[in-house]
This record gives sequence, structure tokens and C-alpha cells, in this order.
Amino acid sequence: MLTTPTGMSRRHFMSHMAGAAAITVPALSLTQTLRANAADLKKRHKAAILLWMSGGPSTMDIWDLKPGAATGGTFKPISTKGDMQISEHMPLTANVMDKLSIVRSMSTREADHQRGRYYMHTGYVPNPNIEYPSYGAVISHELEDQSKAMDLEIPPFVSVGGGSEGPGFLGMAYSPFVVSSNGQVRNLEMGMDEQRLMQRMAALDLVEKGFISQNRGSAADDHQKILKKTLALMTSPQMDAFKVAKEPKDVQDKYGTTPFARGCLMARRLVEAGVPFVEVDLGGWDNHNDIFRTLSATKLPELDKAMAALTSDLDERGLLQDTAIIWMGEFSRTPRINGNGGRDHWARSWSVVLGGAGMKGGLAVGKTNEDGTSVETDPYTSQDVMATVCKSLGISLETTFTSKSGRPMKIANGGKVIKELFA
Amino acid sequence: MTRHTIHQVAVWSLTASFVLSTLAAASAQTTKAKVEKTSAAPVEKKAPPEKPVKVAKYEPAPDYNIPQVAVINKEIRAVWTDNNLTPSAPALDQEWCRRVYLDIVGRIPSVQELREFVLSKESDKKPKLVSKLLYDDKYTEEYARTATTKWTNILIGRNGGTEQNSLTSRPGMQKYLRDCFARNKPYDKMVYELVTATGQTTPGAEGYNGATNFLIMKLDEKGAQATAQIAKVFLGLQVQCTQCHNHPFNEWKQKKFWEFNAFVQQTRALRKFVPGTRDVASAELINQDFAGEGGGGDATEAIIYYELRNGLLESAFPVFVDGTAISKSGYLSDCDRRTELGKLILKSEYMDKTIANRMWAHFMGYGFTKPIDDMGPHNAATHPALLTYLGQEVRKNSFNLKELIRWIVLSEPYSLSSRGVPGNKADDPLLGETPKFTHFYLRGMGAEELYESLLVATQAHKTRGSYEDQEKAKSDWLQQFTIAFGTDEGDEATTFNGTIPQALMMFNGDLIKKATGTEKGSFLETIATSNLKPAGKIEYIFEAALSRGPTNREIEAANKILEWRKGDATAALQDLFWVVLNTNEFILQH
Repeated sequence: MLTTPTGMSRRHFMSHMAGAAAITVPALSLTQTLRANAADLKKRHKAAILLWMSGGPSTMDIWDLKPGAATGGTFKPISTKGDMQISEHMPLTANVMDKLSIVRSMSTREADHQRGRYYMHTGYVPNPNIEYPSYGAVISHELEDQSKAMDLEIPPFVSVGGGSEGPGFLGMAYSPFVVSSNGQVRNLEMGMDEQRLMQRMAALDLVEKGFISQNRGSAADDHQKILKKTLALMTSPQMDAFKVAKEPKDVQDKYGTTPFARGCLMARRLVEAGVPFVEVDLGGWDNHNDIFRTLSATKLPELDKAMAALTSDLDERGLLQDTAIIWMGEFSRTPRINGNGGRDHWARSWSVVLGGAGMKGGLAVGKTNEDGTSVETDPYTSQDVMATVCKSLGISLETTFTSKSGRPMKIANGGKVIKELFA
Repeated sequence: MTRHTIHQVAVWSLTASFVLSTLAAASAQTTKAKVEKTSAAPVEKKAPPEKPVKVAKYEPAPDYNIPQVAVINKEIRAVWTDNNLTPSAPALDQEWCRRVYLDIVGRIPSVQELREFVLSKESDKKPKLVSKLLYDDKYTEEYARTATTKWTNILIGRNGGTEQNSLTSRPGMQKYLRDCFARNKPYDKMVYELVTATGQTTPGAEGYNGATNFLIMKLDEKGAQATAQIAKVFLGLQVQCTQCHNHPFNEWKQKKFWEFNAFVQQTRALRKFVPGTRDVASAELINQDFAGEGGGGDATEAIIYYELRNGLLESAFPVFVDGTAISKSGYLSDCDRRTELGKLILKSEYMDKTIANRMWAHFMGYGFTKPIDDMGPHNAATHPALLTYLGQEVRKNSFNLKELIRWIVLSEPYSLSSRGVPGNKADDPLLGETPKFTHFYLRGMGAEELYESLLVATQAHKTRGSYEDQEKAKSDWLQQFTIAFGTDEGDEATTFNGTIPQALMMFNGDLIKKATGTEKGSFLETIATSNLKPAGKIEYIFEAALSRGPTNREIEAANKILEWRKGDATAALQDLFWVVLNTNEFILQH
């Protein structure tokens, strides 16, 4: 018979139960055993926030303007607090550019949405025989000890308002936890008392194990791992981090009222709670038509306000020194303006933005030519961005994964650190 | 008092019926060979420990005198031999039965359907069941619904028609497809209709033709999406990258993309608004004369232009994948370009291979290529000869998809257990190996399959509303799992993929709450108050969800639950049903 010592944490209890043969669940109230760990949470911890611009934003209209060039478009550059100029439609972000840097010499090869999205999330081009883990999965995997030390019950990889990319060979435990930006996690309410739930879980565990023991493949085990995580989530007070509405009104106002703005605010709350990787999705950048009106009227004001608020908020709370910010999409858009007043897909020369977690702010790294059609300095890739972020988070670039088939794979696919961003 | 309570003994001792003992015993064994004839049920006996069974002499699987099945078996086996792999044992009858119901009619079998199959002693019960599911009127609606769900997602995506002011009518698409599959329309005819359709998108509108919904929203940007989707869905060719440039490893060149694109240049989408508003009332797909691009063009040589990477303009006229050129005229009276395209697609071998690959992947979990709709020369198939053969046979059999289904589900690889054996450990596509089909690969049930399965398991399908209402309710429920990527190509994904949101829904969602409800007249209440013996009730719950009886340990667990519920049988059955619905065994197609 299984007995439960007093004071045992629920996680410990769950793992104990999982190992026990008998199905007996003692009367136990979960909330009594929850360990307060407020002290741990105050500790410095590493995290990354990816602002994912789905659709491929035109970076030469945002971060690397070419006024006067035939390809330059209608936007004018403005000065910033950093050592570079950016678009006039990003005035608030201009004020925090001393904390962020632009990498202007990105040069990649994938200009199809799905391929580009996969490549920029993993550092690998799609391969029919292997699924590579996305950066969120890799970083939450690498920072697992930190999450454990903090008793993190929220999934370590949260994707707000978009799907991100999967965990690949790292397994379902590192899947993005996809939530909408309104902060409501569907079906979280148990609707039954905890004791009854635990009793059900005990019986469930028995049937699950029976199936797993029949050697039918890893999907059966993965299912059980997810059940355990789900249970932890359902009963966790940490879920409060998703509730953006609890934030003071002036803070909410600072970010803005759009779903992306709420997502950015949620990202800050999640990072505060110890989540090591948060992705916030902003779509609508696939501007084949009428790009300048779309950008100036809707996309850039929305981005500007939320991105500036996030950067300064993290900074004011002392979180920016340990939190990396990454702004990027799957690719950028053609320097040439097409017949519909839009720009098409372009991956050869473009920009990403990085900052925080010890990466230097205020810099423009790398350079494109006069009309933005090629890079004139060392080209950087998805792998290089990842390597740089890893360095900033203290993750060793010597880390090697072994895929399920035994193939060794270097973290960040052997990318090189963008040296200018470190002192 | 509506609850049925056992006051005396809070134990459901097992006094099993014949059916129960057969099922329970069979599920505890790995091969049929070892099943003992049990005259007395194994009441308190522990289930025998599960040992890996040595596969003795290999016996060729039956081909039921169907030549296509024989060829599949032979070709698949040849790859096993080449790779020195041993196949798993055949799946148990109840496993195979569950599998075939899920894959053909989109749901698990009811308890009655399961028992009928398992208890049958006929040697040809498998082909008989397949024929029944494919051709018996009783299953026509479910077969058509399953195929319609799948093809709606292929043709317009999970989101198609659900956005505000969409030109696509999801009900219009579904009505068309449902009609195709209910009548078993030959596949080539369906493809032709989808490619060449004109008319109104919405059911009830004058000139309604649901097939128009495939293309109605794909005509922006000179029909680039229409071009890419026709090539991908029906020919297995991924050409979207070549719209803007020659692809580094795809043989398609940019010129080919635009030549293919030229076929859709006479196609237009017209929209009508609700008077006085900008709300779309209806949409119509039409053909009209195409004067060519560039202004003042000559419609007898209706040209299109595209831009090379260096900014230079090139021109194109309609030329099919295989190099066949048609008239350059843009006048419909000279040449209806989409009709010509439809005819050319029907002649193409790519169409045959693409449908064979797609259907194989639907039933086996993996196609002969990955992704299944990328079959260009750069992406070699795992079983090229078999793929070609199946494509040819589909054509020879007048594109009767039901025959293709019959061949696949009666083949040896489909009949194998999902339990691995030492001799096929290496055959795991999750390890980056190409699939060799030495065992059945586990895969998650789709959200639609879960939905339909729960309705049948809880008998709720008997009181459904109209077809349209049912589909609407299902579609609303499915929306919670769909994520749009915010691109012009309408890329999307689902969170019903084995992650936490799915588990939360299975734990606490409305659908599960409803399925495990105990109000008067509900599934559970009906069982609890039925005159089944206590053990029969547990058995029923297991068979309804898992298509097998409980093991002895599971019966012990059920007894424990009853004890916890202080003898309240309805509450205990509720717990038990919740438990089995939340297992890996339930949610995985195995």
C-alpha cells in the first residue's frame, strides 16, 4: 500500500505514485502540500522572448532604411537612442534602441513561408527523415535544471497567439504550450474535487502502463508524460502568470490593447514566473500589396508600442539583464516594389533585432548595399542568431544532442556567435 | 432516486459472459495461438504475464484472392527481406476491427459492431467487414462524412470558409464532397470537376456548384495559389517556391510555374454584397475571355508576364507539366483553358500516383514519400515500384477509390500488430528511418475522429440534428484547435496533436463532460440502470472505448473505484469511463 508522508510535494507524490504498483490513493488535498517557493522565484534566472513576425516583415522599411534608393519606399529614417536610425513609424522603439541591436546582414535561402518558418525556428532546412527541435524546445531543454530549481509547473516553452514549431526529436515534453493572448487557458478548470481526480489518475496510470508495456512505440509513453504535465498545470497557482488582466491599468496601457500587446505583457509575466522561453506571434506581414499603407497604418504602430513597452518594462524590473529578446520573421521582402505596391518574399539580405541577457544594445551590426539587395559584410544565418542567443543565456555551444537514431547534432547547428554583440 | 446503487457488496466480481472471457483472454495474449478454450471464465485468476512471443515460422498472409493485395504483400515483404527485418505478429481481431472502423468510417466500432466481428467464426470475416463498411447503405453516410472531412481540409484547409466575409462556403464544399463520396464518384471525375468548376459557391443559390469552393479564394496575385494548390493536391508537385525563382533542388523552373499558371487566367471570382453593406452575400466562379497582360494585348495570343530575380520580365503561355502546349488564345470560344487543364491532369500519371500515395498514407500513417504531396524527382519514394503499380491499378479500376481502400486494408502490413518485436526495432520512422511497414505505426486520433467516436460510444449519434447542424456544431468545436499562421497562403496547424491543450480538453472539456454525464437517459445512466451484471457493465465501458474487455488488474481497479465512490455504481462508471477515455490506448490509432 502506498502511503503519503506529510509535507510531500505534489510533484513528488505524482512521481511516487507513478512508480507504485498498487492503486491506492490516500485522502490528500493538493493545495495543502504545495510548496511556496517565492524566495526561489526572486533568484536571477535566464530566459528568452521571441517576437515572431509571421509572414515575413519588410526589414528595409523598419530597421535598415534606404532613403533615396529606387527600392527605398516612402518611409523616412529617424534617429534613436542607439547608434543607428530606424523607421519613422517606430518612434517609441527608437527610444529604447540603446538596449537593442540590429543585425543588418542576415542572409538566408528559404523564401517559402513553411520552409522559412521551419528554418528560422530550428536552424535546419526541412528534412523528410528527421524533425529538428525548434529553438524554444532547445532552450527550455537546456535550461531545465533552472526550471526544476524554481519548481516551474507551467510548461517551459509557451507560444502566445501562434503555433511556433515543434520539439522534434526532443519529444513532446518540450512542445510549445500554445495559448491565445487573452490569457485564458481553455479547459483548465477541473470541475471535480481534487481527491476524486487523483483517484481517477491512479486508475488511469494503471491502464496507461499496461499499454506502454506492450512495446508499441514512443507515442504511448509520450502520452503519459503529457498527462502528468497537464495535471501539474491544472493545480498550479503559477497559472496566474497568464492573467494579464491582473496587471495595473497603466502598465496595460503602456503595452497597448492589441492581442500582440497583451501577448508581450504576458511574456513578461511568464518570464517573471520562471518560464525560460516565450514566443509571441504577430502575423500580417505578408504584404504583397499596398505595403506602405499597411505598415504605417496598422502593423508598425502595433509593433512599436508593444515592443518598446516590453523592452523598457523588462529593463525597469531588472529582468532585461537575464532575458534575451529576439525579433524576427521567416524572411524579409523584396527590395523591388512590385506592381501592386507591395513587396514579395526575399531572404538574401535582411535584418533581425537582438538584445538583453548581456547582448550589447545600440549597435547596427553588418551592412547591406545601397539599394538593400545584398549584404556587404559577413552574412549571418538562423544558426548564428541561435548561437548568439545561447551564448547570452550561458548555454554552451559545445552542447551536442543525440537524435533518437543516434545521430549527434551540435546545438544551433554549428552557428557562429555574432561577436560584436559581446564586450 | 435515479442512481443505481449497490448496497451490499462494493465489489464487482467477475462472473463473465462468454464474450467477456473471450475478449479479455485474447487481449492478454499476444497471439491467438495461445488462447485457451475457456469453459469456465478466468474469474479470479491473474492475467498471465506478457512475454514477447517468439515468431516461429513465417506464414504468408492471406491475399483473399485479390491480386492487388498479393502484390502489396509481395512488394512490402521484399523490403523486409532486403533489410533483414521481421514483421510483428498479426493484430488481434478486435484491434484490427477498431482500426478499420476508424480509418474507413471515422470512428471506433460500437460494442455491438465489435462483438459481431470478434465472435464471427467465418474465415472471410475480414473481407466481409470491409465490404460492409464500404458498400452497405448503413455506412454510406459515415463513409462519406469521413472522406468529406478529410478532403475539405485538403482542399480549403481547416479554416477555409470560417473567416468573416469569406468567399468560400464551407457547407458548399462539404455538400459537394459528400455527394461525391456517397455516390462513390470516380476520383478522376471529381478532380476534373474541382479543376474546371464554374458556378455559385453556396448551397441553395441559383447555379450552385460546390466544387467552385476549391478555387474561389485562390485567385489573388494572378492565381498563384490556384496554380500551386492544383499542382500539389492533384499532381503531388510542390511548385510554390518557383513562383519567384528557379528552385535550387526542385526540378521545376520558374518558367514552368507561370506556364502552368497561364491555365487559370480566364478564371474570375465575382462577389455579390448584401445591399447597402460590404458583407459578402454570395460568390461565383466564372470563366471569361482573357486579353493578355500588358494592356492593349492581343487576345488571340493572350500572354502573361512574370519577373525574374534580376528584374527582367519574361512571358508565358499555357503549357502543361509534361510539355504539352495548348492554344495561346485567351478567347473562351477558342479555348477554355481550365477545361484543357482538367483533361491534361486526367491523362497524367502523376495524378494516379498522388492519389495512391495519399490513400496509403491515410491508412498506414506514412506515405511512400514525405511529405505525401511532394513527389517530384528530387524526393524518391520508399517503395517506387509499388507506388507506380498502385497508381496504375487505380486507373485500371476506373478510379474507384473504394477498391483502392479494400486492397490497402486487406493487405498484410495493415493487418500487423503495433506491438514491436526484436526483429523490427529498427523500423521506426520516428528515428528518421524510412517506413518499412513491419508493424502498424501508432498515430494520434484526429480531432474529428475523436468527436465522432464519442458520439457513437455514448450512443449520442442517434439523436443528432440535421446534417448541416451536426457539421456546424463539429466545426465550431474544432476551431479551438486551429492556429492560423497569418500568411497569404493560409498556412495553419492544429493543437490537437498530443500536447497539453488536447489533454486539458480530454480531462475537462465540454465534450468529455457530456460524454461522461450521468443525467437520466444518458449513456452512463442507461448502463448503470440496465440489467447487465456488474461485471458486464465494466466490460461494456471498456469495449465501448477501447474495443476490448478489461484485464484482471483493471477489474481490481474498477472495484477500488467503486469502493471510493462508496458503492455508487453510476458515479463509479463515470470515473471508469473518464479513465478509459483519457488513456493512450483510446486516443491512439493502434
